[in-house]
Amino acid sequence: MNDTNDFADIHEIFLEECAENLDVLEAGLLELKTGVTDLDLLNNIFRAAHSIKGGAATFGFIPISEFTHHMETLLDEMRNENLQPSSESGHILLSCVDVLRAMMEESSGGVAVEQANIEKHINQLKQIGIGVTQNEARTTSKLSAEASTEVSTELAQVGAFQRVWSIRFKPKPHLLETGNDPLNLFQELEKLGALTVKAKTGKVPDIEMIDPHQCFIHWELKLIGEVSEDQIAEVFDWVEFDCELEIKAEDGIRELNSDIETINAKVQASQLMPGTSTKENEGKEDEVANSATVTVEAPSSKQAKPNPEAGSIRVSTHKIDQLIDLVGELVITQSMLRRFGEEASEVDQEALRDSVSELLRNTRQLQESVMMIRMLPISFCFARFPRLVHDMSAKLGKKINLEMVGENTEVDKTVLEKISDPLVHLVRNALDHGIESPNDRLAAGKNQTGTITLKAFHEGANVVLQIIDDGAGLNRTRILAKAIEKGIVSESEELTDEQIDQLIFKPGFSTAEAVSDVSGRGVGMDVVRRNIVQLSGRVDVKSVPGQGSILTISLPLTLAILEGQLIRVGNQIFIISLLSIIETVSVDHSLVNNIAGDADVYRLRGEHIPIIHLSDYAELPADRPGADRLLVIVEGEGQRVGILVDELLGQQQVVIKSLEKNFRAVPGVTGATILGDGTVALIIDTPGLLKKYLSGDWQIKSLLSAKKRPFSDDFVVNGHN
Amino acid sequence: MENALSQTLVDETQGNQQLTFILSGEEYGVDILQVQEVKSWTATTPIPGTPDYVLGVINLRGTIVPVIDLRVRFGADSVSFNNETVIIVVRVNCAVGNRTVGMVADAISEVYDLNSEDVKPPPDFGTTVSIHYVRSLVSMPNGMVILLDVDKLISESIFGVIDQQTDSIEVSHVDTTH
Repeated sequence: MNDTNDFADIHEIFLEECAENLDVLEAGLLELKTGVTDLDLLNNIFRAAHSIKGGAATFGFIPISEFTHHMETLLDEMRNENLQPSSESGHILLSCVDVLRAMMEESSGGVAVEQANIEKHINQLKQIGIGVTQNEARTTSKLSAEASTEVSTELAQVGAFQRVWSIRFKPKPHLLETGNDPLNLFQELEKLGALTVKAKTGKVPDIEMIDPHQCFIHWELKLIGEVSEDQIAEVFDWVEFDCELEIKAEDGIRELNSDIETINAKVQASQLMPGTSTKENEGKEDEVANSATVTVEAPSSKQAKPNPEAGSIRVSTHKIDQLIDLVGELVITQSMLRRFGEEASEVDQEALRDSVSELLRNTRQLQESVMMIRMLPISFCFARFPRLVHDMSAKLGKKINLEMVGENTEVDKTVLEKISDPLVHLVRNALDHGIESPNDRLAAGKNQTGTITLKAFHEGANVVLQIIDDGAGLNRTRILAKAIEKGIVSESEELTDEQIDQLIFKPGFSTAEAVSDVSGRGVGMDVVRRNIVQLSGRVDVKSVPGQGSILTISLPLTLAILEGQLIRVGNQIFIISLLSIIETVSVDHSLVNNIAGDADVYRLRGEHIPIIHLSDYAELPADRPGADRLLVIVEGEGQRVGILVDELLGQQQVVIKSLEKNFRAVPGVTGATILGDGTVALIIDTPGLLKKYLSGDWQIKSLLSAKKRPFSDDFVVNGHN
Repeated sequence: MENALSQTLVDETQGNQQLTFILSGEEYGVDILQVQEVKSWTATTPIPGTPDYVLGVINLRGTIVPVIDLRVRFGADSVSFNNETVIIVVRVNCAVGNRTVGMVADAISEVYDLNSEDVKPPPDFGTTVSIHYVRSLVSMPNGMVILLDVDKLISESIFGVIDQQTDSIEVSHVDTTH
């Protein structure tokens, strides 16, 4: 690997970690309550910003580092309780998170961030900071005055502003393997003041059992100097998660500070709104009253990070994909073997068949396990919604509460990535159109605050996502009116409530009076449905006027494997997804009608189903002209179609292979697979095929090439061809 | 077949080793560094809606690889395939990424190490294939070898549509939203 590759890798790793830290930062900021100083939360937020700043500086992203520095300064003031979180500071900090995200995208080759925007944010941060510095100056002078009267002898010897710190540093055994050397850390500390070091070797094993790569010594240090706790903590930044660290103040000053903190806390408590905040505050008071010990350990599970800390490793998706490919090959090999098993002689057949069955079982299990590796909790996707709801409800002037249920439900990674945008659109719709304004809600006898619930759960072989709102529900009158206006339905048509609801998925549909930048362009719902259908999923809506709506999305658990029905047209084998097949009928010629010389339709129990001649699409000669053929009735995007085939072959699990990898996308086909005999079969994309059929593409071709279609010969209504 | 091997120097940095093949009586060359393998002819699965020169796809050890009939691509008539027919699998660089594609040729010829002096710019006319894909011409004792720019050739075979009359390339927008 050459140098540029290495650098690109490190670059990417940094950006990944930065993105994670930004998520932590954002989640923490959203949790901040006005006027409450939650030290744990503030420390978390500060640490996230600090990591970003440090990482950025190390890898040369200076502008990001500098920008984060300003955020960090402000956050530092907050966690030192010189500044209380306010909605203004929260808002600005969240806005800064957005700027940081944009700056990160810029360094990945994205759009450049305007310098003016960056500076505007820095100024806003500074503005808030100005108020603080003045406060700080007052507090410090007050402190120093008191310190001179209450100081101990030791302190008197040490000097008015000198601090005495006792540090307990207990590295985890693997610390040395991370490339960190305690000696370096102590040398850094020495620069801050007078340092005494005491090594505790009690845990060091006997010489026969010692592993020189591991560290079993822990240290007690004493540092005297004009040093703040933060400066000490900063020295241990790199090893934060690889050790246990305790920094204790041994002088009188901290105790004094804690008294002041207690007073501050009591004042805050009286100012706060009743309810949750007071409870938090009580806990904090106790915390503050104790000596200010800082224990830095592995991040607690309270962090909003969806990643479970224990026992997990990062694996590149490339490796997983390779593994999945191999398992796919195994499935194919096993189906090849099955064929041999069927063709073997009587004597060997039984034994062979048993072995092959066993292999089949093992392969299925292996396959399931490997598929599970690609599964990620839906929380990764849900994570963006608190912020979205927070911003949008502010923008729309509505009060909205977001609930999330079943965040641990696991979904295939690709599905997760592709369902994100549709979900965002649906939630925005619920926020914009579903939930009414606070006044309207009150007038309707509802609680001012509306609730949107995101629910995820497994059902059979599917994962189901639901967006539930307690808003006004779908306005059927408006929807019907708009549909008529756009010509989607005729005035005379009688539609059931459910059918009216389904109209929102039609292209170009939107009842929004004004197109806001949030929704209303009328391109949304049909695109959402298309995206979901592309994932082999379904989307549906249920609504009760005045009470709310439920949007249900159903997706398959895995995308790489398909339950397929093999069909033959001419000498070619195609695959149709079993899920999309409703039924298969043997064609009854008397039920076929020809319309305007072009299209054949089949009368199935009162419904007219268009017939697609797959032989036309595949540009193959029809098998047995006029003979009995089969019609496979499939459903794609709410429409039923009959695909005319020559023969139904077996059903099997089919591994989907990409056509686009080495070729390109082919309309009407979603991919290919390798059959038991090693040949390639194409997988039909039912909605795509239908679209091609409707656009008349090959119809015209088949007319020109004068291909004879069996039925038209017998049952032409308009005397054509 | 005699070649100029003994008289020329190998210049590896310039990638001047060429694998040559016969097509409609002409000898063409491709940079050997782009050749992944050469295999005997196997039946392809045709893809609906593709130009005639796209024969279809094959299964190459688990990967789906498209196969292009170069005779048809270069405007000649297609012939039936015999046991000399080969599929040359090349790895090319398209605008959208790398692709592994097979090209059908009548037969494999040689591997030549070329000296940069032997390599001449393409003439204005005189070849059966569009000048667009010819990188250069090389004079060999047995005749002229036409060196192909496979990146361009394959790229446009997959994504582009050639206007045979004007020899201009029209890139089609493949509708991927289905």
